[in-house]
Amino acid sequence: MSTAPLIELRSIERTYGGGESLVRALDQVDLTISQGEFVAVMGASGSGKSTCMNVLGLLDRPTAGQYLFRGVDVGPLSLDELALLRQRYLGFIFQGFNLLARTTALENVELPLVYRGTPRKERLERARHALGRVGLHGREHHTPAELSGGQQQRVAIARAIVSEPSVVLADEPTGNLDSATKLEIIELLRELNHERSITVIMVTHEPDMAEYASRLVLFRDGKVVHDGAHKEGP
Amino acid sequence: MLWRSVRMALREVRRNATRSLLTMLGIVIGVAAVIAMVTLGQGATDSVTASVAGLGQNLLIILPGNERRGPIASTSTPFTLDDVAAIERLPSLSAVAPSNSKGVLTVNGNVNYGTIANGSTNAFFTVRGFDVDLGRLFSDAEVLGGLPACVLGATVRKELFGTTNPLGTTIRVQSIPCKVVGVLAPKGQSTFGQDQDDFLVMPLRTFSRRLLGNTDIGTIFIGVGRPEDINKSRRRIESILRERRHILPGQRDDFAVRDMKEILKTIGAIASVLTALLGSIAAVSLLVGGIGIMNIMLVSVTERTREIGIRMAIGARSSDVLTQFLVEAVVLCALGGVVGAALGLAGSFTAASALGLPFRVLPGIVFLSFAFSAIVGVVFGFLPARKAARLNPIDALRHE
Repeated sequence: MSTAPLIELRSIERTYGGGESLVRALDQVDLTISQGEFVAVMGASGSGKSTCMNVLGLLDRPTAGQYLFRGVDVGPLSLDELALLRQRYLGFIFQGFNLLARTTALENVELPLVYRGTPRKERLERARHALGRVGLHGREHHTPAELSGGQQQRVAIARAIVSEPSVVLADEPTGNLDSATKLEIIELLRELNHERSITVIMVTHEPDMAEYASRLVLFRDGKVVHDGAHKEGP
Repeated sequence: MLWRSVRMALREVRRNATRSLLTMLGIVIGVAAVIAMVTLGQGATDSVTASVAGLGQNLLIILPGNERRGPIASTSTPFTLDDVAAIERLPSLSAVAPSNSKGVLTVNGNVNYGTIANGSTNAFFTVRGFDVDLGRLFSDAEVLGGLPACVLGATVRKELFGTTNPLGTTIRVQSIPCKVVGVLAPKGQSTFGQDQDDFLVMPLRTFSRRLLGNTDIGTIFIGVGRPEDINKSRRRIESILRERRHILPGQRDDFAVRDMKEILKTIGAIASVLTALLGSIAAVSLLVGGIGIMNIMLVSVTERTREIGIRMAIGARSSDVLTQFLVEAVVLCALGGVVGAALGLAGSFTAASALGLPFRVLPGIVFLSFAFSAIVGVVFGFLPARKAARLNPIDALRHE
């Protein structure tokens, strides 16, 4: 078994534009995350936390530095190879749920497996199982419009975990929800982290949500300014 | 893999039913137009060729004059009865009908009617394919003795007699009294709008002596026994006539032998050109329909950029996205093709029965326009699909 950490960022830089209008969204970021961690990422808007998530999620490429995913440098990989890594190891949860409209919960959840080429029967079974795991038994054939915000986010979580990923990247998963629902969702994420030792990396701007995590990474002006246990105050 | 994409595309088409329907409309109209045009064109061709064939498949018509102008070129020397006798001696001819004609005024009591009088023999009816409706054809006595008897075309009978029985009545043809011995079954209008029943026939001898005043033969109608003998017979007739009319080798014929097969071929060629023309005009609308599909697909890609981002985030490769949009365009076009084909066939069936044309489906053209609409889908779906596949996942996800 390789001892390489799950995720290792080395001096990552991500800049936009050039010349006068050069924006340094990530500036010399070093970050190591091991399998099974529950990491909260915080920071003001524009601090670089979302850019960092995109890089971690293999959706965006850094302009400089090295990103080792499971010990492999992802820099030279092609777009399709990145897509394959995403479908095998990563699950995404977005603030706006990002479910496909007019598509049933079951169809939404089975989509990652469709792209993996899983046979139909196994696909449906696993999608049903994932929906059951997030407590949505009996809602398989509801479309997003027929579900509440909390239920939609549960569908999104089911979609993120259906392919049994190593990492779930959650971008403000509780951002659009009322406080009772927030608790349900964060509990669900923590359970997944505990029970299946799925690594959860969660961006949030709510300190009480961040407290569920075991580790806090704080961004400011594209730099990591705090990394470790919880810290009082901003 | 492909089947999966087709199912996904069908789901997508259903998800946006109204828009899909409107997008398909261009293709539907295009395919329907092509099929209707070609089917109707084919029906018209068939009807034309059938009616020309109705003149007699194995018919040769010999006319004086070598320019294919009118039925009789008055400046050319007409044929003689000896010419006819020479031709009659040839083998493999089923009937030879010498004939001449003249515009005449016919009178029955106080009814006048202008028509054409033909002088010929009973072979005329066989060769031209006329059946007797009432009465009989000429008796030998009438033919040989040049007796004043006549057989009326259906139109002449109607004009002179209405619904009363004309048999046995004596009418006047120009100045000569003439007994009606028979009436022909109607053939109706020819393809060119000519009334084929507007004439009467008298025995050739009667006609020559009493109406024409000479024994010239204007036209010779010849029935050939078997279709495969047509060319051979034609060549023989030509050489006999050249000899008899003293045409030197190298000189052009001063008569024309017309072959119905040849006329059929010409008409068929003209009709196919017209059909192709109509079909290609209709094909333009198919092209326009394809551009409509491309337009909507481009809009759809922009509209669904975020969805594409989500799909890419959860593991879709660009080839998956490309396939998805391409298959969607093809499915839209193919559905449009099916609906269009059904509409086109239904439309041309209705039009064909309204116009009295035969309804003939060409399976080839149905398949072709269906295949063409699928190709339109591939061609015009490619650009939008490539646009979708080239999206950067992060840009697509951020798209509002």
